Amino acid sequence: MKGTIVAISGVTVTVAIDGLKLYDRVRVGERRLVGEVVRLEPGRAIVQVYEEARGLAVGEPVESGGKPLSVQLGPGLLGTMFDGLQRPLQVLYDQAGAFIGSGYEPPALAAETRWPFTPLRQVGDQLEAGEAVGYVEEGAFRHVIPTPAAGTLERIEAGEFGVDDVIAHLDSGIDIHLAHHWPVRQQRPSRQKLAPKRPLVTGQRCLDFLFPMVKGGAAIFPGGFGTGKTVLEQSIAKYADVDIVVYVGCGERGNEMAEMLDEFVDLEDPYRGGRLLERTIVLANTSNMPVAAREASIYTAIAMAEYYRDMGYDVLLLADSISRWAEALREISSSLEEMPGEEGYPTYLGSRLSAFLERAGVVETADGRTGSLSMVLAVSPPGGDFTEPVTQCCLRVSGAFYMLDAELAHSRHFPAINWSQSYSLYERVTGPAFDAEIDENWSRLRERCRKILQQDGELREVAEIVGQEGLQDEDQLVLLVAENLRQRLLCQNAYSEDAFCPPEKTLSICRQIIDDFDAITARLEAGEALNIVLAEGDHALE
Amino acid sequence: MRLSEHSYRTVSCIRGPLLFVENVIAARIGEVVRIEGPEGLVLDGEVLRIENDTVLIQVFGETRGLDIDRTRIVFSDSIKQVPVSEECLGRIFDGSFRPLDGDPPFYATKTEPVVSRAINPVARARPEQFIETGIAAIDALNTLVKGQKLPIFSCAGLPSKELAADILRHSGLLGSKSFAVVFVALGLTSREYTYYLETIESLHKPFVAIVNLADRPVVERLLAPRVGLTIAEYLAFEKGLDVLVLVSDMVNYCDALREVSTAREELPGRRGYPGYMYSDLASLYERAGRIKGREGSVTMLPVVTMPEDDITHPIPDLTGYITEGQIVLSRELYARGIYPPIDVLPSLSRLMQQGIGAGQTRDDHRRVADRLYRNYARGREVRKLEAIVGRDGLPEKEVGLLDFSSAFERQFIHQGEQRRSVVESLDVGLRLLDELKGDSDAPSDPDQPDSA
Ligand SMILES: Nc1ncnc2c1ncn2[C@@H]1O[C@H](COP(=O)(O)OP(=O)(O)O)[C@@H](O)[C@H]1O
Ligand SMILES: [Mg+2]
Repeated sequence: MKGTIVAISGVTVTVAIDGLKLYDRVRVGERRLVGEVVRLEPGRAIVQVYEEARGLAVGEPVESGGKPLSVQLGPGLLGTMFDGLQRPLQVLYDQAGAFIGSGYEPPALAAETRWPFTPLRQVGDQLEAGEAVGYVEEGAFRHVIPTPAAGTLERIEAGEFGVDDVIAHLDSGIDIHLAHHWPVRQQRPSRQKLAPKRPLVTGQRCLDFLFPMVKGGAAIFPGGFGTGKTVLEQSIAKYADVDIVVYVGCGERGNEMAEMLDEFVDLEDPYRGGRLLERTIVLANTSNMPVAAREASIYTAIAMAEYYRDMGYDVLLLADSISRWAEALREISSSLEEMPGEEGYPTYLGSRLSAFLERAGVVETADGRTGSLSMVLAVSPPGGDFTEPVTQCCLRVSGAFYMLDAELAHSRHFPAINWSQSYSLYERVTGPAFDAEIDENWSRLRERCRKILQQDGELREVAEIVGQEGLQDEDQLVLLVAENLRQRLLCQNAYSEDAFCPPEKTLSICRQIIDDFDAITARLEAGEALNIVLAEGDHALE
Repeated sequence: MRLSEHSYRTVSCIRGPLLFVENVIAARIGEVVRIEGPEGLVLDGEVLRIENDTVLIQVFGETRGLDIDRTRIVFSDSIKQVPVSEECLGRIFDGSFRPLDGDPPFYATKTEPVVSRAINPVARARPEQFIETGIAAIDALNTLVKGQKLPIFSCAGLPSKELAADILRHSGLLGSKSFAVVFVALGLTSREYTYYLETIESLHKPFVAIVNLADRPVVERLLAPRVGLTIAEYLAFEKGLDVLVLVSDMVNYCDALREVSTAREELPGRRGYPGYMYSDLASLYERAGRIKGREGSVTMLPVVTMPEDDITHPIPDLTGYITEGQIVLSRELYARGIYPPIDVLPSLSRLMQQGIGAGQTRDDHRRVADRLYRNYARGREVRKLEAIVGRDGLPEKEVGLLDFSSAFERQFIHQGEQRRSVVESLDVGLRLLDELKGDSDAPSDPDQPDSA
């Protein structure tokens, strides 16, 4: 279909054209910029352009194949950095140089790479859509290739193939390629959702111990600038015990993405050996890259995440930050002159966000495997004020809330997770699991730890009035123990050896502190004085 | 497609800095136009919006004196370009890049679009070379590196320009041959401008100044930093210079953005600033950096005077979300005679980690910095407590912290106009820590000596 541009406002372009569907992909202007239909009117389509549109003129041509904006799914995604439209940034760099140009459209997956394919099914087999027909080895991962449609296998062959090659053929006339295209905005189907059961170990003591995540869960952490969102996201990306990590740098800094890439090339995957980058897909749509593509980027990311989930893997989607996505949505909405809701966000912000977060979960895949998709999303509330719409919308649908606290960050208590305001609804599931797998005392110690931190908060209020000297020995001991819990258990320097802490070690740190607490309490009860007991020094309290 | 410029006398409406022109053929979004008013008035403008053959134009300059009947609009068929050349060094220009120093225009080597494309993240080289600013609170605790964007958050009446000047004067980059300053003055008073300019001239280093003072057209204020950055990118990435871009004051830039947005009848966001301010600011700040395989760097030092001293105000807030940290000035420290009055607790350099340690500064840098922070933060907590229970009501350990934090402010933060090397700064810090009895953060592991 062909049409012409009749109006332009920023990156929103009105096109005189017929026959398009909503969310169809279009090529705009002589430079053939990528765009997507966001609204249809009689004889006209409103198109959001995903690239820098300056220089575009009224009267230039617009073209569309009538297909939706889509992502390419197949072997070779791992270890690659893409932009929000799934263009591989390294290839773009080779083609266009250091600055991102418009009108380039390299395929997501390199066509030349040959992958040895092994069939799992044979000619004559009946297949349901989504069932595996065979696999290739993608680094440490068995990458199964699904059939896009149901049918009977008419032909299938082992051999070396490129992503665009046909590996099998169905009686319905459908070719199965090594890679396929999937509409960006369409959720991948699964047979059913299962209840999350297994903990997702992050390697962050504060999270694993106090506010645990599950595989298939969704967590958010809001925090003002400088409270440690990015460091925490990246730490989790490094140390989470999942198979695949999809990391979206959504409207954030370019240097952070460059640094992450550098680091992940060198760092070792703590669970599988190999390089960390080999289990990671990175999407970078930095704050200065086109805003509309930022809106699309999280959908591009989740399509890839669900694709690996459907192979039966535990996939973790990290986004830094979902607020920048919401702002992109707001910019697009306001350029379409839609009626604004709270803080100028469109009224559908809440439903879009919930629909997105709902895609987290454990599923039985179309192929009968079990896979999980977990999400940990950073939120950047304006002015650090958590009552704003994005934080509130996310809160309603996420199972864990890690509140990053500017005051803790200012005193360099990192990760700056506020232990009295944060929560995880997953503890009921993870508690028994940790008790069984790590140590039977896990839940008990966790409760003790929580109680001490809570008492500490209350006692510090009292101390503000009477002075610390005015407190009883028992209470002073609580303050001291809480201080130890904060420094030795909750603080974790991301730039040190301590950046990753396995749960066994987390537990032993806590146990040591609580044992000292119990031993000293016993002596206080026997009538000894705190300063004397402490001075004797047969404890590890600092 | 048109091949050359063409002109119209079909203005239908003039509103503030905006103009509507009718019956235009094939206008381009972002296209540069020349506006020829009555009595020889000539202004620049840019196409903002096109609807069929009606074009909305944003005028860079004062629209007073334009009329509907006689004003002629010339469309150039190209988007805004900046002529770049090393010859622009030593020169002073206005926000539209017209010489202000009376010298003739220079010969441009080439032109670059004023709105740059984004640096591809894989092309970025990570900023990691230490810049010694000579200021303890920055070098030791909030280290600046080449290619970083680090704003100064100030309050009205605090010495932000003195601090910026000190950084320029004392900067370790000064020794290097390949160093240049790009100074962008936005909405400054002429007194402020003169102060900056004298400082920069006294460096005897190459510089370019892009100047849009308080009495100059507001829309040009939106252009000025882009012009400055386009030159900075050219000097850095094509000529291999380490360019320090000093922009003052970003608040005036944001206010101009708000003013223009209101004139365009856009939906106002927080405090009336447009919803796209984050992306707009990012399109400036993100131009700082280094590029793999190229020599130079663009380091940005924007000055932000926080309205109402409020760090949660949208301007400092959005800035802080984009920049790689912030240096925060404090009214309280200033009142106590501390100079520079940097409050290190809310200050931050996110790229510090890469710029410090053996080979860059000193191997104990991180440990010393962490201990200084922790104890100072505690001391400040205790100070609040002291206000309630009095010094006598405090345990001995807390009195120690109290004394430490005042000594830290008076001896470590305070340095007057003097330059201090990072080694000297760390030593002052270590001495203060030694005097603090029973510092619980003293290193417990003996393998790592605390001082080199
Ligand atoms: N776990 C941590 N260990 C040590 N330093 C940290 C940690 N988390 C954050 N920081 C410090 O805080 C700074 C800001 O963190 P960052 O994640 O960039 O904040 P945000 O993304 O919330 O703005 C970092 O540059 C680092 O200095
Ligand atoms: Mg961040």
